[in-house]
Amino acid sequence: MDTHEPTRDPSLTIRSLVKAYRPGQPVLKNIDLTLAASGVTAIIGPSGTGKSTLIRCINRLVDPTSGEIWFEGENLVALSSARLRLVRRRIGMVFQEYNLVERLPVIENILTGRLGYVPFWRVWLRRFPAEDIERAFELLDAVGLGSDFATRRADQLSGGQRQRVGIARALMQQPRLLLADEPTSSLDPRTSVEIMDLLGALAEREKVPVIINIHNVELARRCAGRIIGMAQGAIVFDGAPDALDDARLATIYGGEGWLQ
Amino acid sequence: MTAAATTPPPRWVRFTPLQRLGRFATYLVTVAAVVWSLKTIEIIPEFLYDAPEQTLDLFRRMWPFDWSYYPKAIHAALIETFHIATLGTLLSLVVAVPFAVLGARNVTRVPALNWLANFVFVASRSVNSLIWALLFVAIFGPGALAGTLAIACRSIGFVGKLLSEALEEARPGPVEALTALGAPGPHVLLKGYWPQIEPGFWSVTLLRWDINIRESSVLGLVGAGGIGVALDAALSNLYWDQAGLILAIILVVVLVVEVLTSTLRRRII
Amino acid sequence: MSASARVRHADPFPPHWGGRALKLLVVVYALYAASTLDVTWSRFVSGLGNGAVFIARMFPPQTAPDKLQLLYEGTLESLQIAILATFFGVLLSLPLGFLAARNLMPRPVVWVARAFIALCRSLHPVIVAILFVKAVGFGALAGALALVVASLGFISKLFGEAIEEIDMKPVEAARAAGGSFLGVTIMAVLPQVAARFIGFASYQFDSNLRNSTMVGIVGGGGIGAPLFTAYQRFDYDFVLTILITVIALVLATEALTGRLRRLFQ
Repeated sequence: MDTHEPTRDPSLTIRSLVKAYRPGQPVLKNIDLTLAASGVTAIIGPSGTGKSTLIRCINRLVDPTSGEIWFEGENLVALSSARLRLVRRRIGMVFQEYNLVERLPVIENILTGRLGYVPFWRVWLRRFPAEDIERAFELLDAVGLGSDFATRRADQLSGGQRQRVGIARALMQQPRLLLADEPTSSLDPRTSVEIMDLLGALAEREKVPVIINIHNVELARRCAGRIIGMAQGAIVFDGAPDALDDARLATIYGGEGWLQ
Repeated sequence: MTAAATTPPPRWVRFTPLQRLGRFATYLVTVAAVVWSLKTIEIIPEFLYDAPEQTLDLFRRMWPFDWSYYPKAIHAALIETFHIATLGTLLSLVVAVPFAVLGARNVTRVPALNWLANFVFVASRSVNSLIWALLFVAIFGPGALAGTLAIACRSIGFVGKLLSEALEEARPGPVEALTALGAPGPHVLLKGYWPQIEPGFWSVTLLRWDINIRESSVLGLVGAGGIGVALDAALSNLYWDQAGLILAIILVVVLVVEVLTSTLRRRII
Repeated sequence: MSASARVRHADPFPPHWGGRALKLLVVVYALYAASTLDVTWSRFVSGLGNGAVFIARMFPPQTAPDKLQLLYEGTLESLQIAILATFFGVLLSLPLGFLAARNLMPRPVVWVARAFIALCRSLHPVIVAILFVKAVGFGALAGALALVVASLGFISKLFGEAIEEIDMKPVEAARAAGGSFLGVTIMAVLPQVAARFIGFASYQFDSNLRNSTMVGIVGGGGIGAPLFTAYQRFDYDFVLTILITVIALVLATEALTGRLRRLFQ
């Protein structure tokens, strides 16, 4: 279905985005950002700097205070909730805590990625369309789990396995944009690398642009084609991984002592 | 903590003075209430001296049971009790589930609806099932229908409140994930919330069914059907051998149901 | 589905025949049981009429001084029944709960204690009240005794379970130090369960108060007797007065015990 060539067209444009949970104390201060329709973009920065808020503003899990978010010709900030739901179907999201429905089998967790499309009675009776089931199994293979895992309950999986299911669920949406909010922060270092590599490879295969919030600078360098550094609610660095030297890191994270 | 500390370490106090005062007041009020009740409650001592003899007499009159009464009247009444409890529980679920959804503040974000649901729960719970039974007997006449409705009305609050709390305690993560991928509200309820509260749902249902079996055994005393009707008849005729048999049967049924439901509930959880 | 369909994988959601049979069974049962209730249209319609009359006769609530005096005495007696039943029920639950705790008592003792507890819990308080009315005569004492039995059934069970969940290390330490059984209990067991025990007791008070308004139906004292009499005499306006009082009392008490529980958390 999604066979378009990666183009230079911007996939996502954010204009003067502000979010203040409490009036007068903005967490995001006037963010301007344009993302290409392909490639992995990593957002790095200290905790509490608004990375997560920024990513959640994009699919409006958090409602922005002001500003515009343009995605495929629509300003998401201005959408009604019904229209928003339709747009959300095209934006996949991977979470730090995986957010799987624990008591459902793996395959059903992946199939929930189609929940925006499948009518209620089909979901109720678990009669998902055959092509969806086909794709779910295909994705189960693609994330490296294999069909043996299909009927296992999600709460029987390890953290890394759960995140693989989380990725499969997001891709099940056939998203036009993939958001990942600290996808590796609950995982051990080795699994983190595996998950990031998987995410990068699948994003390329599915030709979907990815925005990742990430703590780990090394992982960001390894996987992303573009890195955005945030500090205190503003973008302080935007460039290729190579350009991210110690001096730049110091502006992002403040001070140098921690580097040694 | 250390001898070198120049300022005295802040003393950790378990309770604020107000809390301690509150506790002390509670003890005091409790004792006062008990003393007051003991002094003013009307107890006729002659009756009390007589009690052991009366009790013995009671058991002598009960035994041997009048087994012939079972096929005549008890069996049908027992089945009716079972119907009242079970049907009442099922009926209460039908009403309680939608109200539980309305009452859960994380699911329904309309305070007025939350309030409405909680009002229904409180109204249902604060009226005893015997009183509900009186009400429905007055409306629909004596019989199992009144009993069933009474059990249902009393159970709505119990089941609804517990389900509502279960919904509020559901992990928000999966729900957030389903919302983020554009699932409509009913779908989120079905696949985000329901799998999380399902064990609790069955557990609460079984628990209430167990309670309802017990409660439905007395509804007959006010004419709302079931084995209580047979008990009432035996008592008003002073047929203690029949009454004894009925009590024994209620005892057995309740114990069997309790063992059954607690086994099932352990399996679910 | 059909043989021609290109199905690479087994159906991930195979039909759950046991579950379907169970659901079908419940539906069939519900329909059958409902059919025995004799629900007819005419009954429903006449029910609506009766309901309207019933509610019309309830208003305005009865406030004649002699009735209010009756209400006052009955309510006070219900309150006294609940207080005494909870106090003595809780007091007796202490030893019974210990006897029912598997980690402190030998098996046979536990079994006997649990059987007794189950017995206390299995009969509805109103039925137990019938027996006590026969044993000690009409009046508040019978009602209070019935509720003592009910309290025993619930509190000792919960208390026994609470004791089973305690940390055994202090108990063993106290035992090793040569403490007597009573000493071990007071020093190592009670502190661990005291807070929860107060919680159980306050819940039981709520429950006892609800039931103390009902035992009067069978002669166990309290507001239940005037309520039932008024009902049988079709004095529905007085019924409403009593109901409002009872509900207000129950709700007020619940709010109070709720605060108490927070205080003793």
